[in-house]
Amino acid sequence: MLDSKQMDDRDVLALRRDFPILGREVNGHPLTYLDSAASSQRPRQVVAAMQEYYERHHANVHRGAHTLATEATDAFERARERVARFIGAPESRSLVFTRNTTEAINLVAASWGRANLGPGDEVVLSVAEHHANLVPWHFLKRERGVVIRPVPLTAGQRLDLDALRSAIGPRTKLVTTFHMSNVLGAINPVAEVARLAHAAGALLLVDGAQGAPHLEVDVRALGCDFYAFSGHKMLGPTGIGGLWARAEVLEAMPPFLGGGEMIRRVTLQDSTYADIPARFEAGTPSVAEAVGLAAAVDYLGAVGMAEVARHDHELTGYALDLLSDVPGLTLFGPRGDDRGGIITFDVAGLHAHDVATVLDLEGIAVRAGHHCAQPLGAVLGVAATARASFYLYTMRAEVERFALALRRLVERFGVQGSRGRGVPPHEQG
Amino acid sequence: MGLLDDIYQDLILEHYRSPRQHGALQGEGVVSQEGVNPSCGDELTLYLRCGAGGLDVGFVGEGCAISQASASLMASAIKGKDAGHAAALSAGFQRLIRGEEPGVDLGDLQALAGIAKLPARVKCAVLPWKTLDEALARLGVDVR
Repeated sequence: MLDSKQMDDRDVLALRRDFPILGREVNGHPLTYLDSAASSQRPRQVVAAMQEYYERHHANVHRGAHTLATEATDAFERARERVARFIGAPESRSLVFTRNTTEAINLVAASWGRANLGPGDEVVLSVAEHHANLVPWHFLKRERGVVIRPVPLTAGQRLDLDALRSAIGPRTKLVTTFHMSNVLGAINPVAEVARLAHAAGALLLVDGAQGAPHLEVDVRALGCDFYAFSGHKMLGPTGIGGLWARAEVLEAMPPFLGGGEMIRRVTLQDSTYADIPARFEAGTPSVAEAVGLAAAVDYLGAVGMAEVARHDHELTGYALDLLSDVPGLTLFGPRGDDRGGIITFDVAGLHAHDVATVLDLEGIAVRAGHHCAQPLGAVLGVAATARASFYLYTMRAEVERFALALRRLVERFGVQGSRGRGVPPHEQG
Repeated sequence: MGLLDDIYQDLILEHYRSPRQHGALQGEGVVSQEGVNPSCGDELTLYLRCGAGGLDVGFVGEGCAISQASASLMASAIKGKDAGHAAALSAGFQRLIRGEEPGVDLGDLQALAGIAKLPARVKCAVLPWKTLDEALARLGVDVR
């Protein structure tokens, strides 16, 4: 799609015809789905690709010589190529299919981490990481004395690069952080973080759970060593995601899970392992889901990721404008170009779960809770927050509906004052 | 009355903002029991003491209006009652929240009946009562 093309509500309406679920009603109102950061909806094309695979081509992959086995294997490996191309990977063999981002990060921790991290070695990460990028490192801390070095945020709720520079030291082996925060919407300057990590001889893992769905991803330009992502947040099915790693890094890594597919030769007493990526794909993989994910990235590619990011960003600016003057409403996350389509907020006087219920009764789906980022909740000074998130199928009219409903909610249930630490006015620029 | 007005009625909001029996109990014979909904982070610590004048009760907690109002309404309802009566109220309340006949007079607790229509929030309303059941079990009360 041409860069000059900008989606307005008419274009979005046309595109929404591919997403039947968006036409449904919830609690007597048209569904306003503002929870894509948790899981996106998927277009008919994705469902159709999976159905076609199951109805025409399914067999187990990489096993057996019959025709269907060959077709299934082709479909699976073509899917790998399309997804690899989508994230700018120079070769598809360095893309491992996983269940999701969580499994991808656990793979890095269990395989690369166990092989490369010992007592006193440091993992540098931000205070805003998702639990999926914290808990696997806690395992290594407990198991072998790895040190976790947290990096704070600036007052504007961005990653503090000066603090990152100071946190990276001679014992730092890995820097790991989000591409786009699932709570703040902040987009990290990944290329800059990669330079800082590499200058210290450390590797960089990027949690791309929000980045891959919402931003143009080119793993070479980002300069990272690992990039982890989930299919279901980017129009694809659940149960499929990916770990991309630089081929040299991946080739040196020991296996993750053991079983079929990942072996070269097995005797009763020992085994040798397959080349990448099969070495990390033990057992029958999620073949139909991989096919579905490939259809999803084709769909996103046809719209254009620059356009997706621009649309998210524009809706976010619009929502922030509509909500900036609501007393008792605290809005989190940075203001500026490095901000994706996520609005996390707190209503003084009403708990986030109640906010979500009240909005749901008007058909508006938002997420409420700790967003799997409890340490960040402590930094923001509020344990549970509500979050609206946008995607390529979100209309300006929906942002208006949300803002109006939220305004009414605050008028009815809100109290004076505010809880939690939002972005101070001088940082809102 | 719409579902919104039914669920977020004044009595519930009032108990949420000014909870009764709020605070820890200390001293001999106090049983404290923690309850948590890990999926949403609602948490509560319930304090119970069984005495000659019936149950003494206190709680501290953090969470949504429904869980905190449910705790406050529960504490008001069981204070001064005997433990068997508290157990019967708990069973009745949990039936109410499942959309069944409570089988006991629930008084103000009836205000939370609308939650039965919100499956996603049932666990919030029930958290204090499950915690009560555990505390009562530790006091040796048959809670079924």
